[in-house]
Amino acid sequence: MLVIGAGPSGLAAAAALARSGVGRVEVLERESEPGGIPRHSHHTGYGLRDLHRVMTGPRYACHYAERAAAAGARVRLAVTATDWAGPLTFDTTSATGLEQIAAKAVILATGARERPRSARLVPGSRPEGVFTTGLLQQAVYLHQRSVGRRAVIVGAEHVSFSAAVTLQHAGVDVVAMVTDLPHQQSYQAFRIGAALRYRFPVLTSAHITELLGRPRLTGVRIRHDDGRTAVIDADTVVFTGDWIPDNELSRRAGLDMDPGTRGPAVDTRLGTSTPGLFAAGNLVHPVQMADAVALEGGHVARSVMRWLAGERSPVRTPVVVEGPVRWIAPNRVDAAGPQPAGGRFVLWPRWFVTRPRVLVCQDARSLYEGRLRHTLVPNRPAFLPAGWLREVDPAGGSVSVVVSGNSGTVSTPNR
Amino acid sequence: MSNTGQTGSVYDVAIVGAGVVGTAIARELSRRGLHIALIDKADDVGTGTSKANTAILHTGFDATPGTLESALVRRGHELLSGFAAAAGIPVEPVGALLVAWDEEQRDALPALQDKAVANGYGRTRILDAAALYRLEPHLGSGAVAALEVPDECIICPWTTTLAYAQEALAVGVDLLLKTRLHAVTPGHPHLLATSDGELRADHLVNAAGLWSDEIDRLMGHDLFTVTPRRGELIVYDKAARALIGHILLPVPTSRGKGVLVAPTVYGNVLLGPTAEDVTDKTDTRSSAAGLELLQDKGKQILPGLRDEEVTAVYAGLRAATEHADYQLRAHPEQRYVCVGGIRSTGLTASMAIAEHVTTLLMGAGLRAPARADVPPPRMPNIGEAYARPYQSSALIACDPEYGTIVCHCERVSRGEIRDALSGPLAALTLDGVRRRTRAMNGRCQGFYCGAAVRTMCGAAQEQQYRPRSVGDGARP
Repeated sequence: MLVIGAGPSGLAAAAALARSGVGRVEVLERESEPGGIPRHSHHTGYGLRDLHRVMTGPRYACHYAERAAAAGARVRLAVTATDWAGPLTFDTTSATGLEQIAAKAVILATGARERPRSARLVPGSRPEGVFTTGLLQQAVYLHQRSVGRRAVIVGAEHVSFSAAVTLQHAGVDVVAMVTDLPHQQSYQAFRIGAALRYRFPVLTSAHITELLGRPRLTGVRIRHDDGRTAVIDADTVVFTGDWIPDNELSRRAGLDMDPGTRGPAVDTRLGTSTPGLFAAGNLVHPVQMADAVALEGGHVARSVMRWLAGERSPVRTPVVVEGPVRWIAPNRVDAAGPQPAGGRFVLWPRWFVTRPRVLVCQDARSLYEGRLRHTLVPNRPAFLPAGWLREVDPAGGSVSVVVSGNSGTVSTPNR
Repeated sequence: MSNTGQTGSVYDVAIVGAGVVGTAIARELSRRGLHIALIDKADDVGTGTSKANTAILHTGFDATPGTLESALVRRGHELLSGFAAAAGIPVEPVGALLVAWDEEQRDALPALQDKAVANGYGRTRILDAAALYRLEPHLGSGAVAALEVPDECIICPWTTTLAYAQEALAVGVDLLLKTRLHAVTPGHPHLLATSDGELRADHLVNAAGLWSDEIDRLMGHDLFTVTPRRGELIVYDKAARALIGHILLPVPTSRGKGVLVAPTVYGNVLLGPTAEDVTDKTDTRSSAAGLELLQDKGKQILPGLRDEEVTAVYAGLRAATEHADYQLRAHPEQRYVCVGGIRSTGLTASMAIAEHVTTLLMGAGLRAPARADVPPPRMPNIGEAYARPYQSSALIACDPEYGTIVCHCERVSRGEIRDALSGPLAALTLDGVRRRTRAMNGRCQGFYCGAAVRTMCGAAQEQQYRPRSVGDGARP
């Protein structure tokens, strides 16, 4: 068994597989330390739902690395799976040379990254001082590098507040947080905590239109939806969120990809379109919190074990979304399949919707109709119960999930 | 490493500007027993027009017949093709297709074919729509014909400049970086007042690119003015590379060469450039309007680009002048050669320009023995068409640092970054490391490796960022 990526989902899956005694389990990690993104996310809050206690990101990363090792999985660090040499075989590179590694089953758990400034097509100069949260946190926590003095944070979702914590730790003043949405999108407890400790304005319905300065950033130009423009003096700008799966290996495998998540299309087993090849974690749903991702590790491990025992899933009916929802995961279903991880599908809202109603149908036949529990908040997962899975007709067309509700003004997103 | 040489020494030739043209001239003049200085105000070679262009090795099929540019591009294509093969500069002979999108453009193709012949290039071929779509199945709909130019190549502009510079340095050319030329007192020798002291040279070559008109004026001439023409470009992710085989060129109109889509030797797809005259010779900003225009063009030429991620956006400035041809002329009485107005064809023509300049200098009295014929340096390969260090078990067996990948998107090993930070032409900045190795140039733009590469750079005495008071920067 081979797992690509030693983040929370890869390590949790490897631990579960190794514990079950199905055979040799190996995890390939291209970085020199295991743990994935929590490795460089030093604030607390990790482990709530999976470990029922809270700890910092690095501690959390260690916990899962130790758990995988204790279960008997071999975690190989600084080994890069560079390409495919066969359906379940990789070409790898490490300091010890080139090696081909074949497996009976493979789990891709390559995670997600934030879109950088260039991919967001933000015009202007190309100065020093432009970061993503990932780059910022590694610079501050792993490499103890100085960052700047005054920072603007682009985005106002959970990770954006995480960037604010990192900046404060590095002695950088946060002068503003800018989001093109009408409200911030983080969890209220986290946001209020941050707002009490750090005082910076959250500018909503505002876009970054230009980066100024060279060789160092001197400011960012913003435009509000009402047409007002301004220049914020800053020597640092952090582009946060706007996640995309690190999907190179998935695409090079020729896997059926989901246009919404941009990761491999997976069924409720977390199986991809290639038999024996599974995908888990934020590669298939960019992004959920680490604890949810780690819980998924056990789910995919069970699927791999059933696959090794001979279970096959010949039917993969696509699930499509529209309107206020950008993607759904898993996004392939069959009536014979298991419930998805956690017993629910993940939806990723595009915009705010209060009192959301959802209709699941296949070929004009309603499979499920109901209210979602919470206001839909963009950049934050929403959850759809999966009880309708048994109703899916294997001979039918694609299943569509339609969310409706009030997309007007939303007072305060809560949870 | 930069100082102006021993007191009292007089250079035989001082070359102002260490771009692709200046370094090519320095290389051509080297190995002749001459004392050469190559000076540039920047902290690396090739930091101006040479680093941000469309990276094409042209055949010159569409030049204006009879011009110096036409002759030098044709000769330069031949010379650089040979040099690149010997030095290991990434080149891919992908060929170009000039795509006609309507009848009027189709009707223009035979004249372009004739023009190619007049430029000494006879291998073009007109393709009908069916043949075109067989070659490029992902091309947008509506193309009616194409002119095939099989010998247009893509090339690595960074490695080219570095190879010229490295060869020149190896045989004793003095490279004086961070040295800005303030004034020239013409004489015998000329006295060059620079930001790093005074230096003396018998002969002067002006290869200052965007600033070539200003250097020309220091020498008392007023023959041309450089108006920087900004070209914005979008680089798409490697997943887009499968969408095209050739360089896809538009049929030229009176308004310029237009927007092209081309593969890069790094395995990406390039879309651009725009063409906008600006006044500031450092204004390499991208603009909302420019990026929108490029995306619209891209959608038409290659609709599949819409679904691909953008890896990078950059803008380069071409040294356009009010004249149609290169502003390359000798002033023998001043022992001075001006190499101005070298536009987008400068990369291709660089070695031929160097040959030509050498002839002109000799005409102005430079005694230059024949050049010793020695193979060029072997450059580290950063192209996708040949084996990269991470793919070489022999290299990794010799030095495991080549097996430790630091930049995952571009597969750059710790060994390559280490090499870029050492040697006579060591990178002094993060951008210098990027151009030597591709590190941080990939889809994540440093999300994964940026901090690690900065640390390696810092360990190699990168200039630390010294914060200025915020707000003192120029406002556009």
